[in-house]
Amino acid sequence: MSEPFKIKSDPELWEKLGMDVSRFSGMPPMLTTAYTNIFLSQKNRPSEMAYFDNMIENIHTGRIHEIMAVKETGKPVIGTFCVYVPEELIVAAGGICVGLCGGAQGSIADAEKILPRNICPMVKSAFGFKIGKICPYFQAVDLVYGETTCDAKKKTWELLDRYVPTHVMEIPQMKRERDKKLWVEEVKDFKAAVDKISGTETEFDDIAGAIKTINAKRAALQRLNNLRHFNPSPISGRDMLLIEQIAFYDEPVRFTEKVHALCNELDKRIKDGVAVAPASTPRILVSGTPMALPNWKLHNIIESSGAIVVNEESCIGTRYYKDLIDEGSTSVDQQLERLTERYMKIDCSCFTPNDERIDQVIKEYEESGAQGIIDYCLQFCHTYNIEAVKLREACEQRGIPFMAIESDYSPDDVGQLQTRVEAFIEQIQG
Amino acid sequence: MKVGIDLGSRTVKAVLWHNDEIISHQITESSFDPHRQALAFLDQYPSAAVVATGYGRHLLQQHRPLNVITEIKAHAIGARHLFAECRTILDVGGQDSKVILLDESGRVSSFQMNDKCAAGTGRFLEMMSVSLGYELEEFGRAAAETDEGTAINSMCAVFAESEVVSLKNRGVPPSVIARSVHLAVAGRLAAMVSKSGYGDHLFFCGGVANNQTLVKLLEIQLGVPVRVPPNPSITGALGAALHPIRL
Ligand code: SF4
Ligand code: SF4
Repeated sequence: MSEPFKIKSDPELWEKLGMDVSRFSGMPPMLTTAYTNIFLSQKNRPSEMAYFDNMIENIHTGRIHEIMAVKETGKPVIGTFCVYVPEELIVAAGGICVGLCGGAQGSIADAEKILPRNICPMVKSAFGFKIGKICPYFQAVDLVYGETTCDAKKKTWELLDRYVPTHVMEIPQMKRERDKKLWVEEVKDFKAAVDKISGTETEFDDIAGAIKTINAKRAALQRLNNLRHFNPSPISGRDMLLIEQIAFYDEPVRFTEKVHALCNELDKRIKDGVAVAPASTPRILVSGTPMALPNWKLHNIIESSGAIVVNEESCIGTRYYKDLIDEGSTSVDQQLERLTERYMKIDCSCFTPNDERIDQVIKEYEESGAQGIIDYCLQFCHTYNIEAVKLREACEQRGIPFMAIESDYSPDDVGQLQTRVEAFIEQIQG
Repeated sequence: MKVGIDLGSRTVKAVLWHNDEIISHQITESSFDPHRQALAFLDQYPSAAVVATGYGRHLLQQHRPLNVITEIKAHAIGARHLFAECRTILDVGGQDSKVILLDESGRVSSFQMNDKCAAGTGRFLEMMSVSLGYELEEFGRAAAETDEGTAINSMCAVFAESEVVSLKNRGVPPSVIARSVHLAVAGRLAAMVSKSGYGDHLFFCGGVANNQTLVKLLEIQLGVPVRVPPNPSITGALGAALHPIRL
């Protein structure tokens, strides 16, 4: 018999990281309960999910030890908040990139002591984690590399810098040739900032290796997403979202291996006709703003209402892995340019115009065999909220059932969301 | 014999349906546990097939075998039964309001629900009538006594209340304030309907549709006839009663 699932604690480690240990100690048991209810209660999960369960058990301990071990060798550990910040350049320096986006309600009150209430919960949650000293990842990083994507983040960096060194990458708002020039310069600055921590300059081979590593990670996620599109679904939407979230803090080479191991199992499931839900289960694509750990709210509501999520058009989702970097460069300058070109393909609503995203959502809708789209917008995220107008129009033109929801991390609106989601499922079923 | 039961936030509505007609209906306050009100009603008809809707539907299901459907679907079926050509439904209840669009065949093609706030719901009207010292029915009639109205700028119930108080203190007659509140709510609802898009009519149901003044103001603002069934509160319960049973 294996031990029952339990998210581990390590007060000694947390103390060393300067965390508020007494307050944080409540977190692992809470998360253990939530995880057990939402994930472990699912029937017929793939057995290779065991690795990812284990990553969650070690989220505040084992993985932190690994990160600290790397940090002690003088390699950079950098926190980011956006898929526009190129992790390849951190990996090239032998360092670790961790996504610090916050997905928990628990730290919002901390943030609201300083930040205005009516801004994005993801920004508030992350900021609250830092000022409340209740996130081991935030405590472990050398520095944070923010960006100028949305106003909420851009202005929060100025305040966050008081608690942890915060650099900012200027991400343009349009994608013209002159914007690309600026962007390449910003990427070079980023490389210099990373190299400064380790004190050595990354070279062509380092970068080539890192590009390969991260390409491989993204390709593994692509493979997984293709398999999960099969009907009947061999894996739940909740489990898929979880893996997409873990991609932001796990060691990339090991993660890639484990994703492939899971893919092999799903391959076999598909051949053997093993599924997590019958083929008649309503299939939903979720698009929109990212869902950072441990934000499982919408997926949980959808899948408890008898439907299944078959795709996440999101930064914690396809926007993270749909594009790869061309590996044929012959110089560092060329590498950085190819890298920038890849990043410019990410279709975030912070850009204008951004019609390629509408096409991309429709494409993913078709590829995933979904029967309806739920567009998810974090409260006060103006760019995604406004872009939903165009997405709705595109869906109406094509007769695709579409519903936009706006929500935050609080449990207050769960009842109402449940009704909406159920009504949407009724609508799909006719 | 079939029972449709709608467990709303303020009231529980039940419809007994037999031989193609409504045999009886009942509306009771939800009180603390609406499912007990519902169970008491159902106990009178132990052999009836039951479909439940409304926010308490899942809770009721834990106590008795029955089917559940959402309020959206229930209202779609109910409205269509009462008005066969219905394509646009506005349902305004105690704590939420929704717009439902139907396709030609009566299937839900899209819907919109108001977000987490009292504005444009029965609750808002109730709070405003209380602060003006009116009974709810009087409130609508008072608003019809005058053509004058001033703007209520805030649709947040809390702020609107203080606006109402300051209008009172400035000596504005209560009927004028009542009309102003009605204008503001009608404007809010009309905006919600317009955002969804509507054709040549609006079907208006839910408890708030009993308010004649609001119906008239909506007609003026939307420029189309607003049809209200004889007993607008039970539209959802009726739709539930009409929904086929799958057990
Ligand atoms: S949604 Fe936009 S700003 Fe947010 S992580 Fe994605 S790319 Fe970055
Ligand atoms: S979800 Fe929107 S508002 Fe929130 S951080 Fe991302 S871009 Fe900014």
